[in-house]
Amino acid sequence: MSAPAIPTPSSSLPLRIEALIKRFGPVTAVDGITLDLHSGECLGLLGPNGAGKSTLIRSIVGRVVPDAGTVSVFGSAADSAGARAALGWIPQELALYPRLTCRENLESFGRYHGLAGAALGQAVVWCLDWAALQDRAGELVKNLSGGMKRRLNMAAGLIHQPKLVLMDEPTVGVDPQSRNRIFEMIEKLHGEGMSIIYTTHYMEEAERLCDRIAIVDHGRIIALGAKEELVHTAFATRSEVLARFQSSPDRVGEWVEQRGGRYVDHVAQFSIEHPTEIAGLLDDAASAGLELVDVSLRKPNLESVFLHLTGRELRD
Amino acid sequence: MIVAIVRTAMVSLRRDRGALALSFILPVVFFSIFAIIFGSRRDGTPKINVIVVDEDHSRASERLVKGLEKEGSLVVRTRPEAKKGVQQPEYTAASAEAAVKAGAAPVALIVPHGFGENPISFGGAGTGPTIQLLKDSSDMVASQMIAGLLQKVAMTSMPDVMAELGSRYMDRYAGGFTPEQRKRIDSGLGQLRREESESGGAVTAGGQPGAGLISVRTRDVVGENKDNPMVSFYAAAIGVMFLLFTASGAAGSLLDEAESGTLDRVLSSRVTMTTLLAGKLAFSTLLAFSQLVLMFVWAWTVFKLDFIPHIPGFIVMGVSTAFAVGAFGMLLASVCRTRAQLGALSTLVILIMSSIGGSMFPRFLMPEAVQKAGLLTINAWAIDGFTKVFWRDEPVSHLWPQVLVLLVVGVVLFAIARKLAQRWEYA
Repeated sequence: MSAPAIPTPSSSLPLRIEALIKRFGPVTAVDGITLDLHSGECLGLLGPNGAGKSTLIRSIVGRVVPDAGTVSVFGSAADSAGARAALGWIPQELALYPRLTCRENLESFGRYHGLAGAALGQAVVWCLDWAALQDRAGELVKNLSGGMKRRLNMAAGLIHQPKLVLMDEPTVGVDPQSRNRIFEMIEKLHGEGMSIIYTTHYMEEAERLCDRIAIVDHGRIIALGAKEELVHTAFATRSEVLARFQSSPDRVGEWVEQRGGRYVDHVAQFSIEHPTEIAGLLDDAASAGLELVDVSLRKPNLESVFLHLTGRELRD
Repeated sequence: MIVAIVRTAMVSLRRDRGALALSFILPVVFFSIFAIIFGSRRDGTPKINVIVVDEDHSRASERLVKGLEKEGSLVVRTRPEAKKGVQQPEYTAASAEAAVKAGAAPVALIVPHGFGENPISFGGAGTGPTIQLLKDSSDMVASQMIAGLLQKVAMTSMPDVMAELGSRYMDRYAGGFTPEQRKRIDSGLGQLRREESESGGAVTAGGQPGAGLISVRTRDVVGENKDNPMVSFYAAAIGVMFLLFTASGAAGSLLDEAESGTLDRVLSSRVTMTTLLAGKLAFSTLLAFSQLVLMFVWAWTVFKLDFIPHIPGFIVMGVSTAFAVGAFGMLLASVCRTRAQLGALSTLVILIMSSIGGSMFPRFLMPEAVQKAGLLTINAWAIDGFTKVFWRDEPVSHLWPQVLVLLVVGVVLFAIARKLAQRWEYA
C-alpha cells in the first residue's frame, strides 16, 4: 500500500476557513480567522499556548461548533461524512487504548472509519511501517516509550488514508531524537503530496516542515506567508543584535528601552541595518556603565517576527 | 512530622469529594436504611399473608379462623381477591396450594373435615384430623411464625372447647371425674361458653401460646425438591449487586476515553455518540450476562442448583437483567465527570439499591413501605424473576412482568444517558 493519495480536487481546496469565530464564555478562542490550504501544502499554525490553535483544529474536525464562520474540507462542511473521510486528525493528547497493542489500536480506529478485511490489513501495515513500529506491533501501548506512543498516535490518524491531515502539536513531550524521527515521518508524508496543517509553538519545527506559516495570537492570524516573506515583511534587510550584560537587570532594561530595543530574558535585543552599528551600541553601553558579557549578530527568524509583532516571546 | 502527614492527608481528603462522601455519607445512609428496615417495629413490621381453608366449618374451626383473623401480624385470606368486582370462590386445599406455589402467600392452613370433633392432639399424632400447613420454604420466617400463632390462637380463641376436650381426655385416660367434680366442670364450661358468646370469641392478646396442642403437619409446596433451597436466591441476589458494580466500572471506560482524548478521536471517525453508547451498552450487557452464567454454573456444580432444566428461563431473565444493569452503568458514567466521582456515586447508589432491593436480605423481611420502595430497584425485579424461574419452577411465559420492567428500565436509562452524553459531543 502506498501513502495516502494526493488529493486532486478540481473545484475545491483541501481546506477553506472563512471568518471563523468561537467563544468559550467571555473568552474568544478563535476571532475571525480566514484561511485557505492548498493541495499538497504543509501550513504551520505557529503561536504560543492558548493562542487558539487547538480550537481552530477542533473546529475543522467538527469537534467544536463555531459561533460564526464556515469550514469546508474539499468542499464538504466540517463534521459531514465527506469531511470525516477526507480528514485525518492527530490530536495533541495520546488518544490511544493503552491496554491494546499497536496493531489492535490501529485496527480499532480503522474499523471506526469503516475499513475492513484486506483494506484494513494493508492500512495497518502501512501505518506500522510509516511509524517504524513493525517490530512493536504486538506490544501493548502502555509499555511503549513516549516517542513510540507519539508515533503510533500519529499513525492512528492516518489509518483511513485521509487526504488532509491535521497535526496538533505532535511532538509535545518528545525527546530530541524521537522528535527528529517524527519530522522525518512528516517530511515523507509531505513529500508524497499530503496536505497538512501543523500546529506548534516551536519556531524551528515550523521553519523546517512548513511551506507557509500562519502566526496565531489571541485567536487571530497576525501574519501569514512563507518564512522568508514573514521575516522580510517584519525586518526587511535589518539584522538583530543580541547582547548580555553583567549589570543589574533594572539598569540594563532602562538603557535598552532608551535605545529603542527590547530586554527579554536578560538579553538586550536591537534591530540594526548594518553591522557597523554594533560598535556604536557597545560604546553607548559602556558609557552607561554597563559591563558587557557577550554580543552576537543574527538574521531575524520567526521568533523575532513573533516578538516584533506581539511584543512577547513565542513561549510566553 | 506526623502532624504534617495528617494535615496533608486531610487536605487531600477534603478535596476528594468522592472519598469524602464515601467516608461520611455512606455509613449514615446505610445505618438509616438498616434502622428503617429493622429498627422501626411500631408500625412498619410486615404482615404475613396466610391463606386459610376451613373444610370443617365447625364451631371450633370457625373460632380458630376468627382468632387468626384477629391476629394483628397476619392478613388472613379465605378467598382470592375479587376480579373486576366479582367475588371469587373460597380457596380449596388445591387452589390454596397452587396459590402458595405461585407466591400469592408464603403459607396456607388447611383445617380438615372433623377438626371440630377432636381439635386437640393429646394422645399423640394421628389421633385426630391434622391441620396442614403448606409453606413456601423461601420464606423462612412466615411458616414458623404462623405455626406458633396457630397454637396460641387455638388456646385463646376457644378456651371452652379446650376445657371440654380436656375433661373428655380425663374421662378417657384417667378414669373420669367424681360427680362433684363433673358438676363443677360443667358449671365452669357453661360460664366459659357464655363469656365466649358475649365477647364474640375475642382473642386474648398476649396469652401464652400453647405448645403443640393442635396437630399440625407442615409441608413444603415450593422448593420441596430443592437440594439447597436458598442457593438460587443468593445467586441472583448477590449476582445482581455485583453486576451493577461491574457495569458501572465498564461504562467508566467512557470517562477514561473522554479524559485521554480517545473519545474525541473516535467521534471524529464515522462513529456517532449513539453508536458508541450502544456499543458500550452491548458490551456491558454481554459482560453482565457472562457473569451471571458463571455465577449460576458455579452454583450448579458446587451447590447443586437445579440449573439445566431452568436454562430457558435463566437466559430470558439473564439477558433482561444484564441489559437493565448495563444501561444503569451507562447512566452513572454519563452523569459523572471523573472516575473518582463514578466510584463514589456508584458505590452509594448500588449499595442502597441492593439493600432495599433484596440483594442483601430478602425483601419479605422488610416493612411494607420499604418493600414497595424496593420495586424502584433493578435488584428487586431481577431477583423476583430468578425466583420465579428457579424457586417456583414457573414457565418462561410467566416472566413477562419482570422482563418488561427490566427492558423498559434499560431503555429509559439508556435514553437519559444518551441525552446526558451530549456534553461530550461538541464544545
